[in-house]
Amino acid sequence: MAVTQLVGAKVHRREDPRLITGHGHFIDDFTRTGAAYATFVRSPLAHARIKSIDVTDAAKAPGVVGVYTARDFKGQLAGTHPAAPAFVAEKKYVPERFPIAEKEVTYQGEIVAVVLAESRGQAADAANLIQVEYDELPAVMDVEKAMQSGSPKAHEGAADNICWDLTYTGPEVSDAAFKEADVVVKERILQNRVAPVPMEPRGVLAEYEGFDKKLTIWMSSQNPHFIRLFVSGSMGLKESQVRVISPDVGGGFGSKISPYPEDYLVPALSRIAERPVKWIETRTESIQNATHGRGQYYDVEVAAKKDGTLLGMRMTQFLDVGAYVGTFSAFQACACLMAGGAYKWKGISARTVGVLTNRVPTDPYRGAGRPEATHLVERMVDLVALELKMDPVEIRRKNFIQPQEFPFTQNFGLVVDSGDYDKALDRALELVGYEELRKKQAELRKQGRYLGIGISTWIELCGFGPSAATAPATGGIALVESAQVRVTPTGAVLVYTGTHSHGQGHETTFPQIVADQLGVPYDSIELRHGDTAEGTSFGYGTYGSRSLAVGGVAISRATGKVIDKGKKLAAHMLEAAEEDIVFEHGSFHVKGSPDKAKAFGEVAFASYGMNLPQGMEQGLEAVAYFDPPNLVWPFGTHIAVVEIDAETGHAQLQKYVAVDDCGNIINPMIVDGQIHGGAVQGIAQALYEEVVYDEETGQLKTGTMIDYMLPSIGEIPPLILDHTVTPSPTNELGVKGIGEAGTIAASAAVINAICDALSPLGIKHVDMPASPDKLWHMMKEAGK
Amino acid sequence: MIPAAFEYAHASSVDEASKLLSKFGEDAKVLAGGHSLIPLMRLRLAQPAALVDINGIKELDNISERGGKLHIGALTRHVTIQNSSVVKDKLPLLAEIAGEVGDNQVRNMGTMGGVIAHADAAGDYPTLALMLDADVVTNQRTIHARDFFKDLFTTSLGPDEIVTEVVFPVANGPHKYIKFRRRLFDWAIVGVAAQKMNGDWRIGLTNVGPTPVRATAVEEALHKGAKPEEAALHASDGLDPSGDLRASPEYKKHLARVLTKRAIQQAQQ
Repeated sequence: MAVTQLVGAKVHRREDPRLITGHGHFIDDFTRTGAAYATFVRSPLAHARIKSIDVTDAAKAPGVVGVYTARDFKGQLAGTHPAAPAFVAEKKYVPERFPIAEKEVTYQGEIVAVVLAESRGQAADAANLIQVEYDELPAVMDVEKAMQSGSPKAHEGAADNICWDLTYTGPEVSDAAFKEADVVVKERILQNRVAPVPMEPRGVLAEYEGFDKKLTIWMSSQNPHFIRLFVSGSMGLKESQVRVISPDVGGGFGSKISPYPEDYLVPALSRIAERPVKWIETRTESIQNATHGRGQYYDVEVAAKKDGTLLGMRMTQFLDVGAYVGTFSAFQACACLMAGGAYKWKGISARTVGVLTNRVPTDPYRGAGRPEATHLVERMVDLVALELKMDPVEIRRKNFIQPQEFPFTQNFGLVVDSGDYDKALDRALELVGYEELRKKQAELRKQGRYLGIGISTWIELCGFGPSAATAPATGGIALVESAQVRVTPTGAVLVYTGTHSHGQGHETTFPQIVADQLGVPYDSIELRHGDTAEGTSFGYGTYGSRSLAVGGVAISRATGKVIDKGKKLAAHMLEAAEEDIVFEHGSFHVKGSPDKAKAFGEVAFASYGMNLPQGMEQGLEAVAYFDPPNLVWPFGTHIAVVEIDAETGHAQLQKYVAVDDCGNIINPMIVDGQIHGGAVQGIAQALYEEVVYDEETGQLKTGTMIDYMLPSIGEIPPLILDHTVTPSPTNELGVKGIGEAGTIAASAAVINAICDALSPLGIKHVDMPASPDKLWHMMKEAGK
Repeated sequence: MIPAAFEYAHASSVDEASKLLSKFGEDAKVLAGGHSLIPLMRLRLAQPAALVDINGIKELDNISERGGKLHIGALTRHVTIQNSSVVKDKLPLLAEIAGEVGDNQVRNMGTMGGVIAHADAAGDYPTLALMLDADVVTNQRTIHARDFFKDLFTTSLGPDEIVTEVVFPVANGPHKYIKFRRRLFDWAIVGVAAQKMNGDWRIGLTNVGPTPVRATAVEEALHKGAKPEEAALHASDGLDPSGDLRASPEYKKHLARVLTKRAIQQAQQ
């Protein structure tokens, strides 16, 4: 790329003035004339047969337009809720899903009826009048018990609760490693179920125009094109008859990727009731129904030599799928493929088991599989170090993949593109003051105080992804990315991307790239996204830290095509040969004659005129699709310092250092923001958050923000951030993703710090969330 | 969520509010700061038939010291109590506690009378009122704090009775409130207040039972000269707290002991 001015600069987010001053447009800011409001009636029980639904009183209530149950949608919606094969092709049992339950409810919150009314309040009042009679069935809540042969079934009539059971690599792959071992450490590691809790819950506004047979859906989504694909299919419409508009989106964290029952039902209601229909999710509905994350446990064994050389790992992932298989649920099995982390292993045996329970489905949640892998391997490496009385830093250094070994083919055949793990570790140790902290820790231990230092040398794979890897996993559609760059006659630049920001700052980052490439003012470039009626024919959405590494590159390539056409036209205008035209700083000039030049704007204007080279069509615009040759592999080191109150068990996070490497950085401020949010989310999982259901009845106990422990700014110390830069060889921008990195790294750092603090008591492992009550009980038991 | 429909009436005087309460009957609720009531209504856990808004009764929003007592009007907001120089001078522990209630939004709206009348087991003012033998004054009578808190969310207030002020003794000796919680804006998992008054300690506990608790066994032990760490062992005497997602009963009792020790020690510093 040419000399840059904007790439790498801390450009203030263009979105912020709009969002901060209340001028954003979120789903609840939209309405249509004549809209009716929907309220869904949801099962209060985790598992039951529906005996009868009496809507008589509700139908007569003030303002009610109609009351609908499953049978009303029979002719309206076809097929089941899609569950993409994603990563685990061989599924044993995938329960059929209709967006509204007819005979059986399988989790608390499953929809059984819906009321349409003239106002939201009237719809809510009438919903309370619907009488549903249930026959309660036993709820399957515990994953381990659910796998036993005599267990009740999450779905009546199913043979068992096993959704998939896939062995990636059998025990034979690690046999040699375990035979060689001096030490073997084993642990069961839990991944607490967490709720995504985006600041803006979901919402759908749909308008079906019967005469034109056109459906417009406004909704809060990370993935508008996929929604168009799924909903048009289910409603028997062509994709061209459906337009999905996802305006400003107030967070998603993965929970707004997959289609939900309401995404089908609200458009279908609009077609049935012949008027626009609006539904906005409440906070409790959001915690109860938005797909949850994690919800897993792992049985792990690691073999090592007594000098700390890691040899082999055997791991099984047991994943609580919930009551249905989420569209991208099986993606979380990538935890198996990433279990080796930043280290070299002789052999890793990995298996994943997906288990149905009577809870809301799990689906990707910020990091999806990679935080679990990091947590697992970083915990296990610490356990080996503890066993061998080694410093956790030394065991890591000893086993790192080395800089000269990249591209490195890891145990599952994935190729890690680039890295320099020691460099990030060194910087993090320096920032945290590691040597001093270890001295301080020794001093405090003499006083009976528990200070712990936790290290997480994380890596991840992101930027989904190469067509060869992703098309089979999604059922045929490769997760490449598209872009269109349009230049108007007066030189305004419109950039369309198939990604969609739900807080990532694409409106800023992407124009930074284009501004440098075209050499035109940043303000002349506008990014547009989130509307399937604009831009390219398909977009792939935002998740898996893919927007820059795939979408950004597509934009850069489309921009390159615009420049190529501009060169041809400039050559014609300057009466020079095309190969003699140089484009820099926004100007085309003849090589060696900088005065013989045409500014980009002049060429853009000319492109709409009459004096074009032979065979050239008017206009200046281009489309590009980028199919990356590989995934990208960010990495870094996070270090947490925690002191545990010896009397109360309260874990106080005192210091947090994060040194991350996402290759070349387009906007350092946005990268820092992503690390902030991500790390806090990981810290929150480690210390606070957990979706709790009653283990017997399946009742959700954490349905409000009072009980669901989302931490606030008051609990998080200022994060100390820095970066190393190891460009990715996978794309010409040299970039990797950063959206999930913080979350991937953080929980391991915090829990390792807690375990380090409590190691004098003989406590080796602590599961998340590390609440004071839990730690106090563990410390009390250990002290006996 | 959308609350169920309700009547709304605005009162400009205590008398008018009382009449409105009588008119609407038992299903009416007083609206002060609304930070407990409105969330309950939005979840439809509370569905009052009517709200009587007392926010316009300006005379209930005041703080004064009269005859050696500190009078806090029922409509006095937490933020006002927290920043009041009179409170800081005459009962600094109350200012400290007010500063620990909720977050800025809650402190800007929530009121002394609302907390007292709501009688949440996790409320902070009831603990102080009980341990200092405060009086709850209503439009009809004066009720000793020890007779006021009956059970969880239950007080001795009658249907048309409105708290008008809470009268605390002046106490500006050593004091400390420790509110153990996981998040800055949370209620206490367990709270402990310690106040030295007329040469003796008063110790109160928050959220270890359906009503606030005065730790008399600790007070007596201290009176007899026990060290804080010894006396604090009695903090859990007779307690039977219920467990919840944040803490088991056993842990709450443990916290009562640990925090009592710390509150006394820190008050003395």
